[in-house]
Amino acid sequence: MKFSIIDGRALTLKMIMFVLLSITLIISDTKFGYLVTVRTYLLGIVYPLQYLVDMPIRTGQWLSKSAISRNQLLSENDRLHKENLQLQFELQKFEHVKYENKRLRDLLSSSEEVRERVQVAEVLAVDLDQSKRNILINKGKNSGVFINQPVIDAKGVIGQVTQVGLFSSVVMLITDPAHELPVQVVRTGLRTIAKGMGTINRLSLLYLSNTGLNTGIKVGDLIVTSGIGQKFPKGYPVGTVIEVTPDIGKPYAQVHSLPRAALERNREVLLVWEIPPTPTIINN
Amino acid sequence: MNLALRHHGTWVIVLSFIFGFMLNIMPLPTWASPWRPNWVAMVLIYWCIAIPQRIGVATGWSVGIINDVLNNTLLGQHALSLCIVSYISVRLHLRIRLFPKFQQAISIFGLVIINQLLNAWIYSIFTDFQIHWSVIFPAITSMILWPWLFVILRDMRRTHRVF
Repeated sequence: MKFSIIDGRALTLKMIMFVLLSITLIISDTKFGYLVTVRTYLLGIVYPLQYLVDMPIRTGQWLSKSAISRNQLLSENDRLHKENLQLQFELQKFEHVKYENKRLRDLLSSSEEVRERVQVAEVLAVDLDQSKRNILINKGKNSGVFINQPVIDAKGVIGQVTQVGLFSSVVMLITDPAHELPVQVVRTGLRTIAKGMGTINRLSLLYLSNTGLNTGIKVGDLIVTSGIGQKFPKGYPVGTVIEVTPDIGKPYAQVHSLPRAALERNREVLLVWEIPPTPTIINN
Repeated sequence: MNLALRHHGTWVIVLSFIFGFMLNIMPLPTWASPWRPNWVAMVLIYWCIAIPQRIGVATGWSVGIINDVLNNTLLGQHALSLCIVSYISVRLHLRIRLFPKFQQAISIFGLVIINQLLNAWIYSIFTDFQIHWSVIFPAITSMILWPWLFVILRDMRRTHRVF
């Protein structure tokens, strides 16, 4: 009886149809980007699955947090208190510098000041494609996340949003081999591009000529976002230079840097919204 | 009568796929990550050879689309490979059913390799992804784990009378 259930020819036709459909999908996804909204809703549909996978880990963290001893809490509280004092102290100076900066800008009558708003998002413990460096966060279209939005943590730049779902979004880390970030050396103002290398904690700085190494960059330099490219706000720390190797055989030197942000270790990240500067009327 | 019988135990199939998806995205240590068995493909192949009148190319394709979204790959990439894998397994379901478990595992190895290579091939066409030996590691682990998955799913199918 069961020999005739499957009609071979119909099956082949169906298969060819679906293969053609997939090829159309792949091409429209890569070449034209028609499927951004489709993916948004599909990501919304699969969010329960990702949430379920993340839940045991979340519960484990909650349990270990609630089972923490009093002593530990006290010492942590102490540490945070000290840290807060230190930060407050630095903020005092910062306020002063901010006013001074504003006054100088007024004198030059330039209003470049851009302000930012941040929101905390949590990283879901879910494995995405292993060949790339991506993370999934629990804020999506419902929180106003948009594609190419910068993502940072307390120490530095993490990456940018590449896919937005209804309740979640995919963030490409700066260490992804496809990610390039315009940066600048703080000490000298030398501009370069930080490209991911696909390894966990390494960035490669591109287009630094061998001759410029003497003055422009050295081990230990801090690099920050340069704001070129309009995607990342200016001045967020990216990493420190750890290796400068002049390469006589090639036009450019090999310069590596260590990202500042805890790229694959942190649970919480910050999403950045730029608030467009309000046109100020210069009086006097 | 036949129509009423057709949809029996759908929830078992759906649940098995949900578990497959969850195992596919569960975080693993970095060294184990390339060796992760392709659970979704294994579950799909099982249902394709067990109830080919219900699960076939269309299911394979939809499962592939979900897999693409979960893995953040090109939309249609897993859909294409899983659709072809389900086609082959439906075509060969009578033969694979008769194989002893050891031989079955080898055919699973072949099917998962087809899936992995198709994936890697499509991916390398559209991005700068380099095909590496590690794309066939999942086929090896899938082959090793197949007998257990087969037994579990067969018992599920028999106790809940899925057909």
